[in-house]
Amino acid sequence: MPASLPVDGLLSVAWLVIVLPLAGAAVLLLGGRRTDRWGHLLATGTVVAAFVLAVACTLQLSDRPGHAASVDLFTFIRTGGLDVSAGLLIDPLSAVFMLLITGVGALIHVYSIGYMAHDPGRRRFFAYLNLFVAAMLLLVLGNSYVALYVGWEGVGLASYLLIAFWYTRPAAATAAKKAFLMNRVGDVGLALAIFLMFAQLGTTSYAGVFGEVGLLAGGTVTAIGLLLLLGACGKSGQFPLQAWLPDAMEGPTPVSALIHAATMVTAGVYLIARSAPVYDETPTARTVVLAVGAVTLLIGAVVGCAYDDIKKVLAYSTVSQIGYMFLAVGLGPVGYAAGIAHLLTHGFFKAGLFLGAGSVMHAMDDQVDMRRFGGLAKRLPVTFVTFGLGYLALIGFPFLSGYWTKDAIIEAALDRGGWSGWVLGGVAVLGAGLTAFYMTRLMLMTFFGKARWTPGVSPHESPPTMTAPMVVLAVGSVAAGFLLVQVFPLAEWLEPVFGEPAEAAHVVAPAVVGVVVTAVMAVGVLAAWLFVGRREVPTTAPARVSPVVTAARRALYADTVNEALVMRPGIWLTRALVWLDNRGVDGVVNGAAAALGGSSSRLGRAQTGFVRSYALGMLGGAVLVAGALVAVTTA
Amino acid sequence: MADFPFLLAMIVVPALGAAVVAALPTARAALARPLALAVSLLVLLLAVLATVAFDTGGDRFQLTTSVAWIPDFGVDFALGVDGIALSMLLLIGVLVPVVVGASWHETPPPRPGRGPRSMTAFWAWLLLLESLMVGVFAATDVFLFYVFFEAMLVPMYFLIGSFGGPNRQYAAVKFFLYSLLGGLVMLASVIGLYVVSNSSLGEGTFAFDALRQLEIDPNVQKLLFLGFFVAFAIKAPLVPFHTWLPDSGAEAPIGASVLLVGVLDKVGTFGFLRYCLPLFPDASRDLAPWVLALAVVGVLYAALVAVGQDDMKRLVSYTSVAHFGFIALGIFAFTTEAATGAVLYMVNHGIATGLLFVVVGMVIARSGSRRISDHGGLATRVPLLAGVFLLAGLASLALPGTNSFVSEFLVLIGSFPERPVHTVLATVGIVLAALYVLLMYQRVMHGPARGVLAEPEPEPDPVPDHAGPPDGGGATAVLTAPTPPRTRAVPDLSRREIAVVSPLVALVLLLGVYPQPLIDLVTPAVEATISDVGADPGGNTPQVGGTEGGTD
Repeated sequence: MPASLPVDGLLSVAWLVIVLPLAGAAVLLLGGRRTDRWGHLLATGTVVAAFVLAVACTLQLSDRPGHAASVDLFTFIRTGGLDVSAGLLIDPLSAVFMLLITGVGALIHVYSIGYMAHDPGRRRFFAYLNLFVAAMLLLVLGNSYVALYVGWEGVGLASYLLIAFWYTRPAAATAAKKAFLMNRVGDVGLALAIFLMFAQLGTTSYAGVFGEVGLLAGGTVTAIGLLLLLGACGKSGQFPLQAWLPDAMEGPTPVSALIHAATMVTAGVYLIARSAPVYDETPTARTVVLAVGAVTLLIGAVVGCAYDDIKKVLAYSTVSQIGYMFLAVGLGPVGYAAGIAHLLTHGFFKAGLFLGAGSVMHAMDDQVDMRRFGGLAKRLPVTFVTFGLGYLALIGFPFLSGYWTKDAIIEAALDRGGWSGWVLGGVAVLGAGLTAFYMTRLMLMTFFGKARWTPGVSPHESPPTMTAPMVVLAVGSVAAGFLLVQVFPLAEWLEPVFGEPAEAAHVVAPAVVGVVVTAVMAVGVLAAWLFVGRREVPTTAPARVSPVVTAARRALYADTVNEALVMRPGIWLTRALVWLDNRGVDGVVNGAAAALGGSSSRLGRAQTGFVRSYALGMLGGAVLVAGALVAVTTA
Repeated sequence: MADFPFLLAMIVVPALGAAVVAALPTARAALARPLALAVSLLVLLLAVLATVAFDTGGDRFQLTTSVAWIPDFGVDFALGVDGIALSMLLLIGVLVPVVVGASWHETPPPRPGRGPRSMTAFWAWLLLLESLMVGVFAATDVFLFYVFFEAMLVPMYFLIGSFGGPNRQYAAVKFFLYSLLGGLVMLASVIGLYVVSNSSLGEGTFAFDALRQLEIDPNVQKLLFLGFFVAFAIKAPLVPFHTWLPDSGAEAPIGASVLLVGVLDKVGTFGFLRYCLPLFPDASRDLAPWVLALAVVGVLYAALVAVGQDDMKRLVSYTSVAHFGFIALGIFAFTTEAATGAVLYMVNHGIATGLLFVVVGMVIARSGSRRISDHGGLATRVPLLAGVFLLAGLASLALPGTNSFVSEFLVLIGSFPERPVHTVLATVGIVLAALYVLLMYQRVMHGPARGVLAEPEPEPDPVPDHAGPPDGGGATAVLTAPTPPRTRAVPDLSRREIAVVSPLVALVLLLGVYPQPLIDLVTPAVEATISDVGADPGGNTPQVGGTEGGTD
């Protein structure tokens, strides 16, 4: 296979893409306060350098026959029948992610220079951010499921550290722990999938697994597919493991943009797309992926309509948009490229929206309640324009990024045919309407209408280090979709990974889909204007609302369910077991100990006496041994 | 160089050191500490040299020394190591100097009515313990092993009973009674082995290599197996033999806790591998389902109990019980991958949990309290300590990139093909591990400052724990000097503390990224053990095209 061709040129040092940001993190963490003054610049520099190297590697890759390079670096674990090497796989899919991670990562590093300028923990922040970039790159560049797993938990750690960045706030500390734990639940699935692959195929490398997965029994492949999906749901905040992602907004906003919007949370989509040869063999698992995607995209969109916290609305929007991506990759070969394309454009516009939200918060003294915004368009012109372009891209305004990539997913869903195609397509169209509603609501409450600012706040535009990345991302939000679908079709670039895109028999003509989706979007915008735009926005949320709104405000009771089913029973179980261990298991032995040795207080005085009896015991034992041995030898 | 009696030297040097320290006149008591450090570093050097002299491709047992000891009963003073034992000697070599450094400012607990005990005894017992620990892993004669196994109790008993926390007497007695009980049961089996060898070879022997060749009747095997098993299951505590460990681990001085959990308990899992599997292969196979059940119950049960602890040292002890469940799973799955994982787990757990105990000890030294609820928001005041605490915790929850990941991963992936249900249940344990580690870390380090260190300097009171400030006068300083109320100064890691944690931190990361040299060291011995028990040492044979996998 072409991946086994000798690797030369820059591709042979592709590991530097990972090592550069990792080294940056190490210098900042080990260097201590000495690096306070220039550490953030070093961190940014390493990521920019990694981006340049990633571009160069991708260019070389495109000239390479087969468009794939597999590099084994060293033996990680080899014993018995297990042989795991630390190796990289650079192919069109991982290259796309490599560019996204280093590119958006570099922009967000630059933005953070401004955003974190006055934070006393700036060095620590940049160190963690670099650690994240390195782990995320390992996740997508590894050439085996074990390497992916190492990166997978690595980004989980970075996410934990960054959510808890302002750890003196109990909410931040708790959110970080929750994120890590819910991710670990998913990780159990991923780990078991790897164990199952090893048990059945004797390997964990992509090449080995994909080469032989077709020989496995159907049930086994389905089990692997479902276990991988569990891992993907944890990392990507998909139903039923979605509740951690909105809480993760406790982290600094650049973190929300990079980790909890553009890159880490899309790792689940990567995992499923990467495992395409597994999912190709199991329609059952694919159907579950579809269901998860469809349910999650609705949950995210519905809840997004009810929140007043600007970052949480964006977070639920992310949950919802990743639902679209799951829906796409769940469709199989017709959807992989569409899902990845939407992932990329989403990376641009959602990162841009978060950076814009950060800019708004920067201006409003870290206020996140949209009921305290309003009328910011004039005070924050750059933020308004860039945010507005991101908004239009997200709701699928014709010919901007989201329009191209979201429509492709809806078309692919409809093309599935039959009732399931209509249901999935319908859900996706409905989701588009809801997206238009909650995003328009957000725009209206933030930038339009009367100012409802907390007294004493005087909004001002952010410094250029912050606005420049926003402008770049806004350009991406406008153009990326057109470029990826029409000019340099992503589907063709990804062909070596996913195979030739089949010419689909359209159930509904693409033009009709475009018109319908645009119409539904317009309805959503209009509804938002009717409900929010033409009235005064109260500064406190109205209490008397319909049960639907109440449910949405409480995130459709996800936390309530988690608490009732897992947390509270868990606490009781733990308490019961602690009691059992102290009283029950231990009590029996304590009784014996008390009978033999007397109470501990008496022993305090009689310790020397006890030692004497110990010596006596030893002597007795020795006599016993000697006697027994003599008996045996003489017998 | 291979002719040098490394193993004998590693036993004799610390024993002599112990004698010299014990004999120091009171006026020279200050020499005890540096002497202990020098001796322990010398042992580390010997361990490293022994590893260099060891040939991974060579005989199973190397660096052998044998002297007839009690010829009438065929008892030899026979020493020798395979890769497994050698890796444990390396662990001892690394941990003891770290323990010496961590105990540098250890102070004896106050004794009502009398002055505090002299610390010289502490250092002497510590060195004697090192000597006996080396012996127990290096013995290739079962009787000699038994002698070291029992003798090890003595120094540990005194380390806990004389230098431990407020409840030290109780903990020491409990530790002693449990171990004594296990030892006696094992003694019966040791004698039984001798009887069997006497009847089938015509001449009794305790030599491991000779005993391994015996064909023992399966029913007799079961009885003898149980004798060894009970002793080892108490030592490497498997639920329900574990309740002594939380008491001992909590009450022991930090250095002793590290060695107790890091090394002493490994004698149990080492015993499973060295004695239970090769000597009683039929019994091991027959009884494996029961052992595996205990192992998996231990992983989940101990982790849940750990979640509910408020005492940091008890919590770490319970996490160890859970980790020993993983090790037992790896051993009794009878695959090369899982058993290699179990051996690595023994080493890695010693390093990672040793580090966690050391760090917890540093927190306790600052606050004077073992209770989690007496702490809060420390990360702002001691960022470096918090960082090492987190790293130790992450190693404990087996995060990839740390050494523990490699071993836990090997145990699980190696057990899965043979024991899918057990493995699936044990894998759930990784969520619980994240829970107990992060709960403790969050409560101690995150949030706003609260707890004893956030309050003004307390009035002199009966100290709940005798641990002193890291580089200060210790408990006596707290007992005297009625200082005016002021916010306590909480120093971050001192240079000594950095020197203590650095080697462990480095090993956690190094063995997490590049574990293969250690794997190569232990694999031959693991393969020998696996073929002794009648399983295929070649590892997992993939079942391509086979029937459905074992998950649900």
